[in-house]
Amino acid sequence: MGFWGFLEGLDRRWIFLTMGILVLVPLIWPIALPLMVTPPVRGFVEAIDALPEGSTVLMACDYDPGAIPELVPMTRTAFRHLLERDMKVVVTVLWNGGPGLVDGVLHEVAQEFPDKAYGVDYINLGYKSGNEAVMVLMGQGVANAFPRDYRGQDSRTYPIMQRVSDYSSFPLLVSLSAGYPGTKEWVQQVNTRFNLPMVAGVTAVSAPEYYPYLQSGQLGGLLGGMAGAAEYEKARNEADSATKGMDAQSLGHLFVALCIILGNLVQWSRSRRPGE
Amino acid sequence: MKRELPLFMTAVIGLFMIVSFFVPHQWVSVPADFLQASAIIVVAFGYVLGGANVLRVNLDAIGKRERDWPYKVVLLVSLIATVAIGAVEGRGFLNPGMKSRWIYDQLYAPMSATMFALLAFFIASAAFRAFRIRTVEAALLAVAALLVMLGRVPVGNLMTGFLPEWAQLGSVQDWIMNWPQNAAKRAILIGAALGVMATGLRVILGIERSFLGGED
Amino acid sequence: MNMTTDLGIWVSALLTLFIFSFVYKDNPFYKFAEHLFVGVSAGYWTILNFWTVIYPNLWEPLQLAFRGQGVNGDRAGMWAAEQGDYRAFLILPGVLGLLLFTRLFGKIGWMSRLSLAMIIGVYVGIKTTGFAQGDFVEQVRASLQPLWTGSLGSSFNAILFTVGLICSLLFFFFSREHKGALGVASKVGIYFLMVGFGAGYGYTVMSRISLLIGRFQFLLHDWLGIT
Repeated sequence: MGFWGFLEGLDRRWIFLTMGILVLVPLIWPIALPLMVTPPVRGFVEAIDALPEGSTVLMACDYDPGAIPELVPMTRTAFRHLLERDMKVVVTVLWNGGPGLVDGVLHEVAQEFPDKAYGVDYINLGYKSGNEAVMVLMGQGVANAFPRDYRGQDSRTYPIMQRVSDYSSFPLLVSLSAGYPGTKEWVQQVNTRFNLPMVAGVTAVSAPEYYPYLQSGQLGGLLGGMAGAAEYEKARNEADSATKGMDAQSLGHLFVALCIILGNLVQWSRSRRPGE
Repeated sequence: MKRELPLFMTAVIGLFMIVSFFVPHQWVSVPADFLQASAIIVVAFGYVLGGANVLRVNLDAIGKRERDWPYKVVLLVSLIATVAIGAVEGRGFLNPGMKSRWIYDQLYAPMSATMFALLAFFIASAAFRAFRIRTVEAALLAVAALLVMLGRVPVGNLMTGFLPEWAQLGSVQDWIMNWPQNAAKRAILIGAALGVMATGLRVILGIERSFLGGED
Repeated sequence: MNMTTDLGIWVSALLTLFIFSFVYKDNPFYKFAEHLFVGVSAGYWTILNFWTVIYPNLWEPLQLAFRGQGVNGDRAGMWAAEQGDYRAFLILPGVLGLLLFTRLFGKIGWMSRLSLAMIIGVYVGIKTTGFAQGDFVEQVRASLQPLWTGSLGSSFNAILFTVGLICSLLFFFFSREHKGALGVASKVGIYFLMVGFGAGYGYTVMSRISLLIGRFQFLLHDWLGIT
């Protein structure tokens, strides 16, 4: 049969097993490969660092559990970054699957800041259906779109919402999104229509399509996938789940690259064996 | 009337929403705001309709004893239980400590995440079995994919650390993303924008009627 | 190893393993988890949209309106609407929302088209202007960059970018056959598009593997307490 013949007939479950092992092993025994912070990530960090004191920032967390490994680390680090800079944070969620997850992350980070209070320094307005319609509606009044917060209380009664009317109340929008509705819609409807500066953290699968927005200046910074989250952690001198996952990511990528090369070598060797 | 009235509504509302982008006067902005607030509510009803439809379809399947019908009993029981528990718990149903929150944290979230995680296995298998380089275009695609894949992770710079910085995989990946890839993506963005604008015009003018559904 | 004693995490871990078992082959454990997931998702989405949208954005304002009250305490009357406080006018989206359910009943199902027409009209207007301004105007504006920037390297990049953009756009021009100059340009455009798709594939691989990493991190850290 030969080596190439063996590879050609390989049961795909061996590939599954190899992928599983290559991802699992570095999580248990980390290699700690060095990370470099790229310019789009630096732009994200600098946009938050440049915020005027006492600002209120809108953080749109538009994702569900399918994006946990990529966007939850970004949310944690960004929320921590904002609270450390004494920013007020208003959080919204436009994905059905997101509100509980986002609330959990905010709660987890908020516990590191006992001097920060819910409703005073940050608020989770929860989920609203309607995609772009919510974004445009918020332009006339954030509380109009979100009359109640995530906890079911009247949002207008919270001190933080006394400072918030519409998009003019925010110097920055931090969009963390896994698809539609998300960063693209915030760029189209809010950044363009209401001139609200934006930075974004997105899943890797959608990251390439946001580079034109980065180049045009519609986005001030961009975190792409787990690598982007890990670079953000490094820029902030943190080492959370994204950083810990990068070794496994590296081996996984090497394996897929090898699969592409080997698969084509198998194909090439088959074409050179016309009789078989 | 069954088709003409909805088409007329779409045309009027669509045109009005476009005009509201340009005209800030309250005679336009307030009705536009009301329409957006209304759309949010109607979309929410749509999701509830979706749940009702899942109930109806699966009840039907169980009644007819279709294939895998016992699993559909699991589906229905979990659907009804989730709705009932959430209904009883009220507005704060997703607050920590609530049963609905437990369902979300321990059932919905992990299963949702794991369904997507399966893709990692299949992408490796597909890379081996289906990614075939037979043309120049496919070769370009493959080379770009390999450079970006390896350059985006730390192992890329480790492998090419002996090269000058501009030639290392990280820098090459960065260049690809910022220049040739960016040009292609921008072309797609502009093309898609033109397409959306054209489709929007077709919907407003009533040329595009597929959203009306079947006959009559 | 410091295995958790939290029942919830054990349930999550077992369901995770049930779903992972699919990579070996389809089996009753996977089918059970799959159907449980669909049922819980459908139920969760239904109740979520009720409590977070229908109740606060429709029911409560209507209740207040029928008492002659609203968001603005200075205005009395169920029809005394203003921007952001639509009082009894919210009956309209309420009725349209209920009309959606007529789809479930064959003969009167056509009435749901009114609701769909309203949704389609709103989103067509929003999306058309959003794409036109955000994607078309802004992207074309950003593309009008100087080709000579003073340095050879960045000028090469700018020229490459502009050539790539124009050729890729020309590839999508199907009103003329791709022959001659247009044929050459569209061929160059295809090459740029292939590089773009390759980069997209690379990032997609990253995304998919990240998802697997996330689940393994949950199993190792939250469930088994190994890491």
